[in-house]
Amino acid sequence: MSKAALQRLQERFPGAVTQVYEGRGGDDVALVRKEAILEVCRFLKEDPELRFDMAPYITCVDYHGSEPRFDLVYQMYSTVKNHRIRLRVGVPEGDAVVASVTPLWKGANWYERYCWDMYGIRFEGHPDPRRLYMYEEFVGHPLRKDYSLRGRQPLMPERHVDEPFRGPGPSGN
Amino acid sequence: MSSSSDLDLVPAIATRREEALTGLSKMVSKGLGWARKYSLFQYPFVTACCGMEFMAVAAARYDLDRFGAALPRFSPRQADLLMVVGTINVKQAPILKRVYDSMADPKWVVAFGVCASSGGFYDNYATMQGIDRIIPVDVYIPGCPPRPEQVLDGIMLLQQKIQDQQHKLIDRERPALPAKG
Repeated sequence: MSKAALQRLQERFPGAVTQVYEGRGGDDVALVRKEAILEVCRFLKEDPELRFDMAPYITCVDYHGSEPRFDLVYQMYSTVKNHRIRLRVGVPEGDAVVASVTPLWKGANWYERYCWDMYGIRFEGHPDPRRLYMYEEFVGHPLRKDYSLRGRQPLMPERHVDEPFRGPGPSGN
Repeated sequence: MSSSSDLDLVPAIATRREEALTGLSKMVSKGLGWARKYSLFQYPFVTACCGMEFMAVAAARYDLDRFGAALPRFSPRQADLLMVVGTINVKQAPILKRVYDSMADPKWVVAFGVCASSGGFYDNYATMQGIDRIIPVDVYIPGCPPRPEQVLDGIMLLQQKIQDQQHKLIDRERPALPAKG
């Protein structure tokens, strides 16, 4: 949808945009280095020809076993120009800290909290870096591939239930 | 339903005190049970899609009012039937427990749908595997979601159970106070 945007990105940030390709269904994707994400996003938002004024979705993928382990995915949309772009940012497990884009798009707030909650990606400069879904007492990040599938962490003591068909108890694996 | 003894899972142990119940108090118990089973004031704790089925069963076509359980209360303090309708996750468990604790005795609990009964297919990091892990449950209604007929059957089972319980005009048992630390 926006070959022009990809081209402009590559011209403007030759070092930060490592690869561009057309994904399935015609979505244009750019692989961006982690350190440059805030500048790239600011350019995408403020450039008069691009004007990506909306970040409809930000999420994360865990490619457990490969390096970099996590992949942050930013979907951008311009309500003015009616075009889209997708940014992918590789995040290594040892240094899972990314600059927050919430100062640019307020709507990114809860998406970044979600990524912190479920995958443990920390966003530097986020105004409210709490978990989104899980409670504060929760230890770990449940959508990571190495989190135990039934790793329940009860908030209160549970009655013993002698029931063979329900599987293991609250914190069983 | 011929006899009710198959409903109570806990076998009744007849003590001397119970044997000494006079015919009058048995009559009072029966009358109170009759009155209570036909005026179930429910508190629907609706958390998930089963709520739609609850609305269907409470509305005109299936009409819980025929069983005297029509009025949903908006405070647990006014209710005596807690209907847990939908998935209860670990984060919500303390809230449900608090709602249950703030209901006045006598009170009953219905687990509406398979998620409230056993967690359903949500066997994951977030979902409580059945509300009976935190509060006692009187009737389990299976189904995802249950048909309204199943809910009506569950309500009738609960009414049978209430009728067979022992009710007192004045309950002198002191409520258990939480231990102060």
